[in-house]
Amino acid sequence: MANKKLLSMENISVNFKTRRGLVKAVRNLSLSIDKGETLALVGESGCGKSVTAHTINRLIPMPPGIIASGKVIFNGQDLLELSESEMQGLRGSQISMIFQEPMTSLNPVFKIGTQLADVFMTHQGMKKKEALGKALELLEKVKIPSPKKILNDYPHQLSGGMRQRVMIAMALASPEPGLMIADEPTTALDVTIQAQILDLLSDLKESVNMALLLITHDMGVVAESADRVIVMYAGRKVEEGSVYQIFDNPTHPYTLGLLNSLPSNDKYNNSTRLEAIDGTVPDLLTLEDGCPFANRCSYFIDSCNDSFPEETKIENGHSMWCHRATELLKKRG
Amino acid sequence: MNNTTKDLLKKDSPFLEHWHQFKNNKTAVIGLIIIMLFVFIGILAPILAPMDPIEQHIELRKSAPFTNGYILGSDDLGRDMLSRIIYGARISMIIGVFAVSISLICGAIIGLVSAYYGGIVDKIIMRIMDIMLAFPYILLTIVIVAILGPSLTNGMIAIGISQIPSYARVVRASVLAEKENDYVMAERALGAPDWELMIFTILPNCLAPISVQATLGIGTAILDSAALSFLGLGAQPPTPEWGLMIASSKEFVTSAWWIVTLPGIATLLAVLGFNLLGDGLRDILDPRMRD
Repeated sequence: MANKKLLSMENISVNFKTRRGLVKAVRNLSLSIDKGETLALVGESGCGKSVTAHTINRLIPMPPGIIASGKVIFNGQDLLELSESEMQGLRGSQISMIFQEPMTSLNPVFKIGTQLADVFMTHQGMKKKEALGKALELLEKVKIPSPKKILNDYPHQLSGGMRQRVMIAMALASPEPGLMIADEPTTALDVTIQAQILDLLSDLKESVNMALLLITHDMGVVAESADRVIVMYAGRKVEEGSVYQIFDNPTHPYTLGLLNSLPSNDKYNNSTRLEAIDGTVPDLLTLEDGCPFANRCSYFIDSCNDSFPEETKIENGHSMWCHRATELLKKRG
Repeated sequence: MNNTTKDLLKKDSPFLEHWHQFKNNKTAVIGLIIIMLFVFIGILAPILAPMDPIEQHIELRKSAPFTNGYILGSDDLGRDMLSRIIYGARISMIIGVFAVSISLICGAIIGLVSAYYGGIVDKIIMRIMDIMLAFPYILLTIVIVAILGPSLTNGMIAIGISQIPSYARVVRASVLAEKENDYVMAERALGAPDWELMIFTILPNCLAPISVQATLGIGTAILDSAALSFLGLGAQPPTPEWGLMIASSKEFVTSAWWIVTLPGIATLLAVLGFNLLGDGLRDILDPRMRD
């Protein structure tokens, strides 16, 4: 089992120095991804999902960012100890990334073909002509209609879904993509396109056997494509498990809240109102050591504010972090 | 519109899109025509000039225009004004391009590095630029020429150096805005090193303000070099340089007006051309000024 592990993050804490004080964006987060696995990081905006992703390929602007503690082990080496140029060699070749905003993630002044070919020229030292051929192959791979024409198009001539396909193609432009980080790949897209993009991602994942770190706030996306799920809240991991464990037996009050606030067809038929989690995400500046969800949690007890709870193992691979875990589990039966 | 879809799509490429707007901008087109005219004259100077620009005919000095076979008259040493102005166009165009190249290349590198790395690097570089800007511009130029020694080449270098701060600022400002864009992060995530991000990713997106600045800058450089030559710090006699021509004939303003006035008009036209083109380019390239 050990050699299947592709990436593991151990006790990562990331802080940002701001004028108003230290923002602890990610606290003591550990996660691991096996080869060929899809891990979903779920949580509200500002809970540290993207920061976690950017920590992996070291894209956090420093300053103001500080990686306060922890290790990021990728294929046996600690990425945080690599030099910047060693890291540049990994980015785009073994760790690639898809961004949230396909509309702005392509350079507006260059043709799609040039931008795609550039990746091959940087990492594999190809000649322009050869690289353009490879670019065309990739565009066919991501099922873009009339790829030959797209090669000569500028980004503004493409729709959002097409651009996201181009972004995915770019992320695939390596001989051995080990890990793909998809930072909310479907957030900016129509629901119909969302499904297509997700299908495409999982197809490609199968065909090149890469691992996928899927960052999203959309539980629907998680259910559709993830193998395992980590639920994050205000920089902390609150529940972790396989996608079945999380959806069938959600235990943490926050996970429950997230799932309850999903619209379902049944609910619309019964015309009940959609549930929401009361309150708002706490200010990361003023957050103390206690459970960050305490102020919104209906199971709140005084000790919640004192310290962050220890891990409670529910079953194999399913864990949660809550002071009242035993009671919640009992209640659930 | 009876354009086919293909034609419409073709027009969308940034260059063609701007060319389309350019054609409809009268100021820019007039500016470009004037510039092309001067460039043309400059390149073909040996063919167009009726006489040798430094050949003297003392006996025919200060001939009025259209007398003694001089179309635009002759100067105080009997040299053909028309030929001198034609050769002057060549010198002025070279001065403009050369001086602006110096300031543009240095300014772009300084601005890029400053904005890209930010922090203490940015602070130090920009304070140095502020110090340069604190000197009156022409004074700084004169100081540099005084150090290098007066000559046409040194004049161009001096003009180029003293203009660096304004280019550095323009480049820095647009790089600061561009570097925050997602595509920069996206390309970094694809493994692009810093220099590649700066030169091939960010800089091409900053070309609009830079090209406006450079076009206007060529006009300024021509004017400044004329000023330097007028002060005796630029081109040296008998070079047919417009500023020098004005300087060496200023005592004839009342007796032989053409010797002073004609090079002045030539300078005016050339600078006007670059300013019109620069203003037009600004209108075309600035998305906020588009209708």
